[in-house]
Amino acid sequence: MRTLYFLLRKEFLQILRDKLILRMILVVPIIQLILLPYAATYEIKNITLAVVDQDHSEYSRKLINKLTSSGYFQLVDNSDNYAEALAQVEKDKADLIIHIPARFETDLIRENQSKIMIAANAISGQTAGLAISYSNSIIREFNNDIRLEWIQMPRTNTIPTIEITSSNWFNPSMNYKIFIVPGVLALLITLVGFLMSSLNIVKEKEAGTIEQLNVSPIKKYQFILGKLIPFWVLGIIVMTIGFVISFLFYGIYPEGSFLVGYLFAGIYLIALLGFGLLTSTFAETQQQAMFISYFFMLVFILLGGLFSPIENMPDWAQYLTYINPVRYLIEVMRMIVLKGSVFADLANHFIIILIFAVVFNLLAILNYKKTT
Amino acid sequence: MSQLITFIKKEFHHILRDTRSMLVLLGLPVVQLLIFGFAITNEVRNTNIAILDNSKDEATQNIIQRIENSQYFDLKRSLENNSQIENAFRSGKIKLAIIFQRNFQQELSHSNKAQIQIIADATDPNQATTLINYASSIIIDYQAELNQNNKLPYSINTEMRMLYNPELKGAYSSVPGVMGMILLLISAMMTSISIVREKEFGTMEILLVSPMKPWLVVISKVVPYFIISIINVVTILLLSVFALGMPINGSLVLLFSATILYIFCALSLGILISTVTQTQQAAMLVSLLGLMLPVVMLSGYAFPIANMPLILQIISNIVPAKWYIIIVKSVMIKGLGIEQVWKELIIISVMTAAFLFISIKRFKIRL
Repeated sequence: MRTLYFLLRKEFLQILRDKLILRMILVVPIIQLILLPYAATYEIKNITLAVVDQDHSEYSRKLINKLTSSGYFQLVDNSDNYAEALAQVEKDKADLIIHIPARFETDLIRENQSKIMIAANAISGQTAGLAISYSNSIIREFNNDIRLEWIQMPRTNTIPTIEITSSNWFNPSMNYKIFIVPGVLALLITLVGFLMSSLNIVKEKEAGTIEQLNVSPIKKYQFILGKLIPFWVLGIIVMTIGFVISFLFYGIYPEGSFLVGYLFAGIYLIALLGFGLLTSTFAETQQQAMFISYFFMLVFILLGGLFSPIENMPDWAQYLTYINPVRYLIEVMRMIVLKGSVFADLANHFIIILIFAVVFNLLAILNYKKTT
Repeated sequence: MSQLITFIKKEFHHILRDTRSMLVLLGLPVVQLLIFGFAITNEVRNTNIAILDNSKDEATQNIIQRIENSQYFDLKRSLENNSQIENAFRSGKIKLAIIFQRNFQQELSHSNKAQIQIIADATDPNQATTLINYASSIIIDYQAELNQNNKLPYSINTEMRMLYNPELKGAYSSVPGVMGMILLLISAMMTSISIVREKEFGTMEILLVSPMKPWLVVISKVVPYFIISIINVVTILLLSVFALGMPINGSLVLLFSATILYIFCALSLGILISTVTQTQQAAMLVSLLGLMLPVVMLSGYAFPIANMPLILQIISNIVPAKWYIIIVKSVMIKGLGIEQVWKELIIISVMTAAFLFISIKRFKIRL
């Protein structure tokens, strides 16, 4: 026990001595957590719009008015022809073109139907999809207005209609930040824990100090624990700071219990640090350890469901996410913070992360023996 | 000059000897691009849903059939009563619940009005909106079929055009993003670590008292990584075109020149990082923890910059990847020429010069 105490003191001193590293692992996550969620929004308010109105009729003007007063669109260009509008999209000045052809109003009244063309910059399919669906629904509304103007609607409904009502649970204000903050926090905990631990054993290897440790009376488990505990504590500190910031800046207070959250994160960190140590035992130089960590971190993050839902991935990718610890932390953080999920809802997550913790650490210890 | 070449050769040997690192450096772009190109998509498919059918008649069966047949939804379970809904959501098993009112068909045919309630798990607001839209449109389609004979007068039809990316392939936005991100992160990380490594071992002093000029030492460290980055670019472009079906509509020469300029920028950022850090671990923390998320989130790759608050829009200007991504999109996808991207090229050049300038300043102070 005394040995472990001294080992821990040494590790903590080493971490605390390097001011830059300390600043990086405490300040950088704070800044990123404060700033970055504001960047994460798909909620589009300022779609830049180029209009080509070749009809110049009352209706075309009304339609343009309706579009621009909706709050979604910002009229940036009024061209006489489509080619000019297209040039605006090319220069990234406009996202969307609405082309109202000549005879729009006449056709609508005389032929009973009329046509409008909408073109969107679709390099980002998601933005284009949203822009088009907003404009479509505004046009549909406009269309209904016209119908009301021309037809005396019967008082009672003669056409069978299905009334669809929809509600949004768990995040009724549709606040994207509440969704993204727990995910970013999960990621920051992961980055700090993993980057610190994966370099650690290898650092001793490279500096040659591991030989000294090996000939000393320190037991293997003490050595591993001495490496694990400081980073575990750091991870928990980052998480706590993260919760405080989420509350102060975003007013996010978990629906569920902190205890369950910390319990899960505690086990998760053991698993993650074990993986970091495992990486460390495989590598011969810090440089190597870094590249390997970078590789896994990136794959873990990309397949973690932070920005794109796992459900939408193809099957093979979904299978890959099962062996991705980051996925589980992101899921659990979101479930606890937003849905107030309780321990029973998360039982599967707990079992899986426990298995990860055991397997990674066991492999790390076994492999550490082999390499020394 | 021959000294420099000898040094570069030495550095190359160092890198080539370490096969594991080489594997990661050259394999990473491939893996990343494949994950981005194929796995990461915001296209909705096979979402798990639950249905509470309080009516169980022909109309509701018909609608359920349609929902099941669509590629968007997977009927995970049928619920018996309202109290089960919340549980199903809370355990994370479903993302959407569709509830039919009692006597659905009867209401529909007698009072011409029947109700369906859709509840979405709005934890992820975007996904919720999309799912509700899809489910609604399936129901609206069913309704339209019922009312085939009642055509609405005064209809405005819309014709949609998806410019540049008619098939809405995700690769069109991810490939430029991956190029911007991976070239910056790998180049900055590799350079900073390999220079700091010498400092940590104390061999930097030895190099600096050698007849080699200090900046030649730095150049000899940077050249091998420059070449690795070029190999990565070629791999990424080949994969994009042949595996992901991306076009290269503009000039390949322009695209390549811009990329080389961008790599210079990333390498000089790496040199800058190496002047502010003393250990490899610190260099890695700065280049990974400090750069990864900001580059992903502020470069316009993951989220449109135009939607961000003004302060973040301003900050995004100092992310080199933002400018490079604009260039790649313009040249590769839109097929534009240098007259449309010169501004971005100048901005990246200025950044590179600034990084180098600060590095040289700091380098002198320290020694």
